[in-house]
Amino acid sequence: MQNINTIFKKEFRSYFNSPIAYIFITFFLGISSWLFFQTFFFSNQAEMRGFFGLMPWIFLFFIPSVTMKLWAEEKKMGTAEILMTLPIRDYEVVIGKFLASFGLLAVSVLFSLGIPISVALLGDPDGGTIVCGYLGLLLMGGAYLAIGMFASTLTENQIIAFIIGITTCFVLLIIGTDYVLFSAPDWLYPIFSYLGLGVHYSSILRGVIDSRDIIYYLTIMGFFLYISTLMVESRKWR
Amino acid sequence: MIEVRELTKSYGPTLAVNNVSFNANIGEVVGFIGPNGAGKTTTMRILTCYLTADAGTATVAGFDVLEHAIDVRKNVGYLPESAPLYADMGVVEYLKFMAEIREIPKTRRKERIRTVVDICGLEGVIQKDIGELSKGYRQRVGLAQSLIHDPPILILDEPTSGLDPTQTIEIRNLIKEIGTEKLVLFSTHILPEVAATCSRILMISRGKIVANGTLEELINQVRSENKLHVAIKGTEDEITTKLRGLDGITGVTPVKTDNGIVRYEITTTHEGPDATGAIFNAAVQNRWDLVELHEESIDLEQIFLHYTTGQISGTPTKSVVNEDIDSTEEE
Repeated sequence: MQNINTIFKKEFRSYFNSPIAYIFITFFLGISSWLFFQTFFFSNQAEMRGFFGLMPWIFLFFIPSVTMKLWAEEKKMGTAEILMTLPIRDYEVVIGKFLASFGLLAVSVLFSLGIPISVALLGDPDGGTIVCGYLGLLLMGGAYLAIGMFASTLTENQIIAFIIGITTCFVLLIIGTDYVLFSAPDWLYPIFSYLGLGVHYSSILRGVIDSRDIIYYLTIMGFFLYISTLMVESRKWR
Repeated sequence: MIEVRELTKSYGPTLAVNNVSFNANIGEVVGFIGPNGAGKTTTMRILTCYLTADAGTATVAGFDVLEHAIDVRKNVGYLPESAPLYADMGVVEYLKFMAEIREIPKTRRKERIRTVVDICGLEGVIQKDIGELSKGYRQRVGLAQSLIHDPPILILDEPTSGLDPTQTIEIRNLIKEIGTEKLVLFSTHILPEVAATCSRILMISRGKIVANGTLEELINQVRSENKLHVAIKGTEDEITTKLRGLDGITGVTPVKTDNGIVRYEITTTHEGPDATGAIFNAAVQNRWDLVELHEESIDLEQIFLHYTTGQISGTPTKSVVNEDIDSTEEE
């Protein structure tokens, strides 16, 4: 636990030591707010469905950019060699790094609380769905982060990690969309609609918290963190 | 403290480390020397549990590298080649991180950081980010990092590469100093460095240990006969005959003559009467002008060539050691 905490602190600080965190937060808030408020006043409804609806697509580009450096940079710079010869276990580093990227996401999401506050000032939104929406946002974001981090363990090139991250998330996202589901063969339908990254998020957005949705995201995170650990250990395979 | 038995590791078809065995103890500075790609780094990576060997065993500080990797790492300070550090961290921030992850108690962290900053001469740069530092200082931060938990074993991969001569000397002295109470295993391909710092030399070539011993031992193993360079003013035939008659001299070859000075290469037996003295006395008796008389020194470069390529430059001698190596290679 102590080691995970140390790695977390180091990685989290390193986001804020470099411009990444500031750029990420600024652009994330800028783009999501702009896209949201653009339609908000037309619809004349005090609700945030538009904001939450955008998120799977905004995350698609933003999150792999946060995770791409996590392992690729360590490998490229050679710093992995010191890190992985410290008296810590590989999975502790994987979890520590994941939590750091999750921390950055949480901070960004925290800053976006200005949106529900504005909405509440202008009208009378349903607080419950907004709370659910934020919970769904963090769960889905966590899944994207785990996938993005896994992509970063595959290569020492950050651009490649970014592209693999986006592609994997994209594929997992679209298999759950209506367009793909309708054209998919019948036997694939339940699998796709279960695996789709956005499907469970939409169900959380409706304001009903189903443990299956939460378990789905935790499973995705767990699975990708597990295979990330395997990839990190792969240097020792013989 | 380090015990390596028949370690073997290959990358695909390339055999990087081939049946390597050696021991090293506290208080030794062991120089790990070999051409690029000889397997130095791979061996070190196995000892620090970064990589796993295909076969063979290694124990470090009494712990097996496979079974007790975490305990091994606790007892080892490791500086990989070219000191890879986090450029975006400050020097102190980095050392704090290392102290924390090395589980140094909170109350002792400050004191430890101060100690390694002191040892490695980092006072001038503690305010800076690692990314701003010169190569030499970065190397020192890397060394500081490896010393922070005061480990009994230090493994340093080319700690002086890329440094200027002053910095190189400083790091060497530092290694020597540290080596009095720790086991330091460091690699290099710079030969004089080994002579200057090591109490023992491990030569590795194409994945195999080809020599293991002190500098003197290695020199003696290589040298089966001595060679003298002599230049005498006089008549060639007369001098040659008289030199051949001296005790302890096995060969006299005139090399060239100019301005009446004859240059000889003289081979003498390794153990036996003092040929240098005999030549000097002969020169005095015969009233020759002795222009030059010196023993050819075998330096590390020649030893290195001898062990890595199987021959000493200029001498076509084949020593016992050499044959030993040939025979082990055939196995």
